[in-house]
Amino acid sequence: MRLRRTMLYLPGNNPNMLLRGHLFAPDGLILDLEDAVAVREKDAARVLVRDVLKRGEFGSCEVTVRINGLDTEYWRKDLEMLVPLGRLDGVRAPKVDDAATVRLLDEALSEIEEKAGIEVGRIKIFCLLETAKGIFNTYDIATASPRVAAVIPGGEDLTADLRTNRSPEGTELEGIRRSVIVAARAAGVDALDTVFPRITDDEGLRRETEFIKQLGFDGKSVIHPNQIPIIHDVFTPTEKEIERAQKIVAAAKEAAERGLGAVQVDGRMVDAPVVKRALFTLTRAGLLEEGTEHA
Amino acid sequence: MPKNILGREIPEFIEGYGETQPFMGASARKPEGNRAGPKLRATFGDCTSKVIPDLKAAIAASGLKSGMTVSFHHHLRNGDYVVNAVIDACAEMGIRDLTLFPTALFGVHKKLIEHIKSGVIRRIMGSVNGPIGQMVSEGGMDVPVVLRSHGGRPRAVVSGDVKIDVAFIAAPTADAYGNICGSQGKSACGSLGYAFTDAMYADCVVAVTDNLVPFPAAPVSIPQYYVDIVAVMDSIGDPAGIVSGTTRITRDPLRLLISKYASRLIEASPYFKDGISFQTGAGGISLAVTAFMKEAMKKRGVRGSFGLGGITGYFVDLLKEGYVEKLMDVQSFDLEAVKSIAENPNHIEISADWYANPWNAGTAVNMLDVVILGATEMDRDFNVNVNTEADGALLHGIGGHQDTAAGAKLTIISQPLLRGRIPCVVDKVYSVTTPGEVVDALVTEYGVTINPRRQDLIDACKEAGNVPLVSMDELIARAHEMCGPADPVETEDRIIGVIEWRDGTVIDVVRQLKKK
Repeated sequence: MRLRRTMLYLPGNNPNMLLRGHLFAPDGLILDLEDAVAVREKDAARVLVRDVLKRGEFGSCEVTVRINGLDTEYWRKDLEMLVPLGRLDGVRAPKVDDAATVRLLDEALSEIEEKAGIEVGRIKIFCLLETAKGIFNTYDIATASPRVAAVIPGGEDLTADLRTNRSPEGTELEGIRRSVIVAARAAGVDALDTVFPRITDDEGLRRETEFIKQLGFDGKSVIHPNQIPIIHDVFTPTEKEIERAQKIVAAAKEAAERGLGAVQVDGRMVDAPVVKRALFTLTRAGLLEEGTEHA
Repeated sequence: MPKNILGREIPEFIEGYGETQPFMGASARKPEGNRAGPKLRATFGDCTSKVIPDLKAAIAASGLKSGMTVSFHHHLRNGDYVVNAVIDACAEMGIRDLTLFPTALFGVHKKLIEHIKSGVIRRIMGSVNGPIGQMVSEGGMDVPVVLRSHGGRPRAVVSGDVKIDVAFIAAPTADAYGNICGSQGKSACGSLGYAFTDAMYADCVVAVTDNLVPFPAAPVSIPQYYVDIVAVMDSIGDPAGIVSGTTRITRDPLRLLISKYASRLIEASPYFKDGISFQTGAGGISLAVTAFMKEAMKKRGVRGSFGLGGITGYFVDLLKEGYVEKLMDVQSFDLEAVKSIAENPNHIEISADWYANPWNAGTAVNMLDVVILGATEMDRDFNVNVNTEADGALLHGIGGHQDTAAGAKLTIISQPLLRGRIPCVVDKVYSVTTPGEVVDALVTEYGVTINPRRQDLIDACKEAGNVPLVSMDELIARAHEMCGPADPVETEDRIIGVIEWRDGTVIDVVRQLKKK
């Protein structure tokens, strides 16, 4: 149950940001070799990202790289240089349209992992769905490999493909967000929302985050460090939610000790999914160690 | 060569400065004797106006002659017209070899370089930066500059170390009899704090105004009995350079992170309670610390007593909203502050002497709990350099750095670990401005580094649990790893700058840069 409330994009050609991004304590980092890097800088950025990964200082962040698209000549080089370092937790693949793209990436990763002596399957895949086709295939994409950790609807590219544009209200993304969350849950992967592009509009960011949290999203991609505390704040459970979660977990623990199946809390039945939810609430509140196994 | 208590080599005699007193510790030197004083003068009923409309005529009437010392305040900051106008006039009048004794100089004063080269100005006692700093650093002046803090300067005047012959006081408003007000007029700058000592101790005081009002002007910052001449100019300054508009809090994420850590350190300290007083200045980090502190004060129901130093609109809001009871304002930074000092009796104008002079019966910094300051460099012993750049050139004045650090119970330096590839922590600072004995903590984006002599603060931070602590050794190791070693600065033996501690002892000297 890894927290992915915020994953911060860091331009792969900016040493300053690459070295210090973790200081802002997002849940995850995305070292970006794709859109942030001009074509003539691709090789230099890859070497820079390699050196930063070698230093290996990222606090407690989940470390991923946004590789170049699988329709380009760069993505294999990206993987071959960076995966063997053994420091990456995942790769974020742009413009994933179908399950075949995921399988191609999966095979390439397995090959490199095996050669480098890294546990095969260790590197997770984060799928950016930036076309109508990708959105249409969300479930197939999410289930195409056990490596898939999350699906992420695109922003600008996707709305362009839909022949519309991004509005402050996000009308054009509403249906997409709802369908992605259903597919993600059905496939058992995380649903992460697209970036909020207006970096000085704190109120707008808060509103959008509240909305996507209510839809069921696990977090959001971030393009500016100042967005992190706002999103974390929205995702941090209220005191009332924490109190209730603590009650549920305590009741479940007591029930387990006494060998009972289900128990009641405040007049409501508490079964396994409710307990799971409560544990998740406490994780988000920072009251449980991340990654701790709870039966 | 003799060394002071910090191990800095200080000659017993410096050409153009005189005999030196080596720095002995932050509060080691005790004064003896009486205050110095200006020339006595008498004015009777036959004098009802001191106005001399022409600047040159006013200079002539002041008795200013070659070789004398002239002083200026810096409240008009980068909008100031007065310093350049007076020195231009002196040059035209054939006056030479002047000692310039400003409270600070700004970019707008780079025009003085031609007057330094031509010999109109022979010596500067005060901060030099930018192009003048570079020129001095390369040996462009015959006499070393003397750097003093905002408190050290009035100390030097009242003790007689510096004798001001003529003080030119830019006056946003004045009447014909010399009552001066800083908060009114088209060139309003708010507090006139840095001008008070000069008005009281100069042999002749010339108010230079562009807003002559009927007698008596009110409110009064500097009263008529100190002022000998009122000179009139069309304009004493450019309002756009005098005060800024609304001061905004930085959105630079790194600076915000540093501010957050600094604010948590303050919150964890024993001083975060009702009655807390603080000085945070107007820099990007400082203002953000104030914003974070306000949130913390709100959350924990803490009410402060006073805010000190350079005052911004942000501090004015704290006063209006009751987070502090009073503002003690030696310098008003923006329009809101200028407006407030004119209207709000709890917003008090204080002089530099009141603010920071160690040699009086009690100065404002002594009552200060927390101060946030910057630095160019800091070393393993927590000594701070604000005067010279990594290349050894004179960069900044001392400002209130020494005074507030010495007075405050918690002195925090906040600074990103790197500026470009220049680290802010080094094994040994190039010049010492403020000794480590009065510096408590450094805050960078990597966390809070506390002076080991403040074990109480280390314990308090550990107990708070949300202050990331990082040792000075760790921080320096990180800086070394990221930037590699820097080439040492190459200098000549000649001393081009003397850095005084606020008590007049010499804490360090700055040597001429070797030609590249």
